[in-house]
Amino acid sequence: MSQGPTPLLSLSGVSKRYGGVVANSGIDLAVTAGSIHAILGENGAGKSTLMKLIYGVETPDDGVIAWKGQPVRLSSPAAARRLGIGMVFQHFSLFETLTVVQNMALVVPGAQAALAARIRALGDEFGLSVDPAALVHSLSVGERQRVEIIRCLLLDPELLILDEPTSVLPPQSVVKLFETLRRLQVKGMAILFISHKLEEIKELCDTATILRLGRVTGRLDPRNHSAKELATLMIGREMPAVVRAAPLGLGEVRLELAGVGYANDDPFGVSLSDVSLAVHSGEIVGIAGISGNGQQELAALISGEIAQGAAPGAIRLLGQAVGDMGVAARRRLGFAFVPEERLGRGAVPEMSLADNVLLTAHGRGLVHRGFISRQAERAFTADCIARFDVRTPGPETEAGALSGGNLQKFIMGREVMLEPAMLLVSQPTWGVDIGAATDIRQRLVAMRNQGVAILVISEEIDELFQICDTLHVLYKGRLSAALPTASITVNEVGAHMIGAGQPAGAVP
Amino acid sequence: MNAVEFILAGMLAAATPMLLAALGEMVTERSGVLNLGIEGMMALGAALGFMVTYSSGSHALGFVVAAAGGAAISMVFAALALGFVANQVVAGLAVGVLASGLSSLLGKPFESQTLIALPKLALPGLAEIPVVGVLFQQDIVVWLTLLLALAIWGVLNHSRLGLIVRAVGENPHAARAVGFSVITIRCAAIAFGGAMAGIAGAYASTVYTPLWADGMIAGRGWIALALVVFGTWQTGRVVFGAFLFGALSLADLTAQAVGASVPSQLLACIPYGVTILMLAVISSNRKRLRLNSIASLGQPFEG
Amino acid sequence: MRLTLVRRERASRLAMFAAPVVALVLSALASLILFAALGKPAEQALYSLLLEPFLSWYNFSEVLLKAAPLMLIAQGLAVGFRANVFNIGAEGQLIIGAIAATALPVWYPAGTSVWMLPAMIAMGALGGMAWAGVAALLKTRFNANEILVTLMLTLIATQVLNYLLLGPWKDPHGFNFPQTVPFPAAAMLPVLLPGTRVNISLIGALIASVLAYVMMRHRFSGFQLLVSGLAPRAASYAGFSERRGIWVSLLVGGMAAGLAGACEVAGPLGQLQRSVTTGYGYAAIIVAYLGGLNPLGIVASALLMSVLYIGGDNAMVSADLPVAGVAVFQGLLLVFYLASLTFIRNRVVLIRRPGAAR
Repeated sequence: MSQGPTPLLSLSGVSKRYGGVVANSGIDLAVTAGSIHAILGENGAGKSTLMKLIYGVETPDDGVIAWKGQPVRLSSPAAARRLGIGMVFQHFSLFETLTVVQNMALVVPGAQAALAARIRALGDEFGLSVDPAALVHSLSVGERQRVEIIRCLLLDPELLILDEPTSVLPPQSVVKLFETLRRLQVKGMAILFISHKLEEIKELCDTATILRLGRVTGRLDPRNHSAKELATLMIGREMPAVVRAAPLGLGEVRLELAGVGYANDDPFGVSLSDVSLAVHSGEIVGIAGISGNGQQELAALISGEIAQGAAPGAIRLLGQAVGDMGVAARRRLGFAFVPEERLGRGAVPEMSLADNVLLTAHGRGLVHRGFISRQAERAFTADCIARFDVRTPGPETEAGALSGGNLQKFIMGREVMLEPAMLLVSQPTWGVDIGAATDIRQRLVAMRNQGVAILVISEEIDELFQICDTLHVLYKGRLSAALPTASITVNEVGAHMIGAGQPAGAVP
Repeated sequence: MNAVEFILAGMLAAATPMLLAALGEMVTERSGVLNLGIEGMMALGAALGFMVTYSSGSHALGFVVAAAGGAAISMVFAALALGFVANQVVAGLAVGVLASGLSSLLGKPFESQTLIALPKLALPGLAEIPVVGVLFQQDIVVWLTLLLALAIWGVLNHSRLGLIVRAVGENPHAARAVGFSVITIRCAAIAFGGAMAGIAGAYASTVYTPLWADGMIAGRGWIALALVVFGTWQTGRVVFGAFLFGALSLADLTAQAVGASVPSQLLACIPYGVTILMLAVISSNRKRLRLNSIASLGQPFEG
Repeated sequence: MRLTLVRRERASRLAMFAAPVVALVLSALASLILFAALGKPAEQALYSLLLEPFLSWYNFSEVLLKAAPLMLIAQGLAVGFRANVFNIGAEGQLIIGAIAATALPVWYPAGTSVWMLPAMIAMGALGGMAWAGVAALLKTRFNANEILVTLMLTLIATQVLNYLLLGPWKDPHGFNFPQTVPFPAAAMLPVLLPGTRVNISLIGALIASVLAYVMMRHRFSGFQLLVSGLAPRAASYAGFSERRGIWVSLLVGGMAAGLAGACEVAGPLGQLQRSVTTGYGYAAIIVAYLGGLNPLGIVASALLMSVLYIGGDNAMVSADLPVAGVAVFQGLLLVFYLASLTFIRNRVVLIRRPGAAR
């Protein structure tokens, strides 16, 4: 690492542990000015921890961080910002009840009027237009990202860190983001671009540092290597093959929404209007869209967590009108649901896996005359752990102690073992490593082949294209018409994701 | 003096203990911390304020010591809620029990002693208006409290410090990520709330009813907590609510003054009953509550 | 260097059992210092507070007498606390329960029916449930915070009690004291241990403890309450009704407090008087938490709290310690307990600054 000019930022031997878990181990990294440097790694590889260390959110247990050749101690984000490091978080660090300019004023000195003018100027220069007086909760995800980037730029950083910036964006906005980043690069700024998407890195970055299990496994120019080589370095083996779903004859309709609307009480939530869709036996239907466009509300309406009440439209589940039914009644019909939040919704973190099984599987002989049968509970849990390859010491382990991927396998397993006729899965592979994600997708396809009707809500277009027979796109609470995956392109779906597709709401 | 004049003359002073405590609690809650120990902290402030004023003859010194005592006991709460990440509801109750126990213990030797209250200051001009004029003859603490309310409104809504407190209350994780020390800011907000509760208690025991009696706070700390919800965390509405409850708390005195024959115990229930009613009315409007409420209120924060 | 908390992989059972003991020791030390600072004979006070209640059969029987209502109310409240329904108005529910039970002997002061006592007990339970039910209704229907509502209802209950004792229910032969007529024998609880005031409500409290244990450990309904307390969104996801949880929590707590109120007037008091409200309803909150919200733990903590009450009476005589000393001790106990509780799920780790490591 000693050749060439002094790197802007360099790390040597940096390590970080959380309790017994080693998140980063002996990381060496060098970022030079004017470079777009990728940090590549799958979920759980330690990318986010590394960025927190560089941005001063966490302090390393060991190793040296140097800025322009001088060792520095980054005790807080404020210290990092003073050096000239800016960061755009994956889960934005914006305050929803404040305006754009107030959000800036928290971090950037100066009068608000002057700030507003600078926000507009930066927006023009780098293609990041946003209204300074708008309240953040009224902005789209893409706009919020622009706010985050501008907030960094106002401090004239020399290094900008972006944590998974494209995971929240539709394809068209990714193109715009890349343009912005290239303009910044031309100005001499260094950019750390964190991602697990190989094609993006090959397109944008000039250097890549690859992480696996908290260690650096490669340092290279991604433009000179194939996606396959990158993947091998990232996950330690070749990318697992994906079983594409073969078309199947459609069975009966198991879930049907006809013109469903929902006026949200929560001013920060999304209202749904005129949502129509049908899921048949032996079919996987996908709901694409940027999160925050009504996915949570739609899932909760189908699961019964939100009572439909007097809202318009009809929901039919397994042949019955279920608008007035509660969650438990819908489950008794043969409905199961894997929610996007695992801790605190899909599972109770402080409870054992065995007790977490009781949450939804109590109807399967685990409760007799109101008394819990501990034996049956343990047996069911042990079965779930074995069949779904949940890595855990046993049924008595607390759910909160499991990794994200293992917990998802457990919840998925629990719901699958209920042998549902209709399964709703929300964000099946969020935060899950590639091996587990592939496994989950294959199980969904296998269930479909056995005749289960499945509705999958996901932000990952690639995933939906892999497993779904039909796609809908959710945008601002409206659902597109059914789009057969066999005959549409990613770009067409992307157009729907930003509201530029065909008129929404048409019944297929 | 007729009933209207009686209420107008007394409501501001009656409102002041509740208003002081509610303003402090509002700031604490704005930072995302729910402190249910207000009643006990007021009691402690009342005891300390009375003891010091009685011994030194200085109301000012009494207020200072009461504020310091309120802030000190609120640091016990801060240690539990922030340091030990305990359940804020239970931690507040625990410190409340401790503080009110301490107030009884410390105040015991002063039981039934009395003090001389502060003189009334009339606002020139306004105080001469017929009927309404009595409203403008109040002691200095009442006037200072109103100025303080204005200052709190200004800081919360028009200063960087206010922005920081609101940001921490809305999303402590984001606040930490952009570089604020959530614990420090919340600790300061708790201390402010504790000091205000102490002052509120001291006003009750040294000015409003200048005597010491165990249990004299009589639920006013709890009403202050309700006032914060009633005012949906907005300074102006909290002030308005406090005036309303100040007037209501005079109901039984007013009835006696005009010679009505309703049992005084039932009249004494009016503020409590209205509190319940108001809570139900305000809370049932979930949309409005969600717009104004503090997103992280009562949530433990580790970091 | 600094200290920081690191979350444990799983809850520590050692810390769970150690927490109340540590809290007791620290509270004793803190109050020793405090009492000494106030110029009281601190060692004597502590001796009277913690040990004397065990040193005579009479004192210990009084401990058992007071433990019964504390245990009963705490078991009821703990059901709700586990579901994060904070009923802190047990005091008011106790008062209304006592009032409801008193109605019968006031209306039939010479009653001899064997049904009088059971009817009073039932009235007490219903009274407490009705008072807590108001909070449940307002919470489920209007989203009104149950903490503030139950507390306001307690303040109202106190005024209702005063009104009745000073007005319509005042004993005409009671020398103008605020109290009702003395209850007839048929309205009194049988004594359990001859020669003491301990009555059969102690058996009732122990039965309630067993029922609470079965409910929280083995019944699916108890599990549902636990889930709604630990993770409300998981409860809603699993289809456990939030309304039902709120109603069950408040009604069980109200019933227990109402029963305790009835047992007080039909037991040691023998009439309705102001001293029915001695803070059992508030103390039971501390009892419930100090017992770790665990039905067995609550049996132990109810005894401890009762010891403090009896010991406090002793210390008043022997060490000139005001009754408030007991309240301070209770507060300290809960404060220290909450602090120790943290170590069940966390352990303390010494963090070295990265610079210092090299």
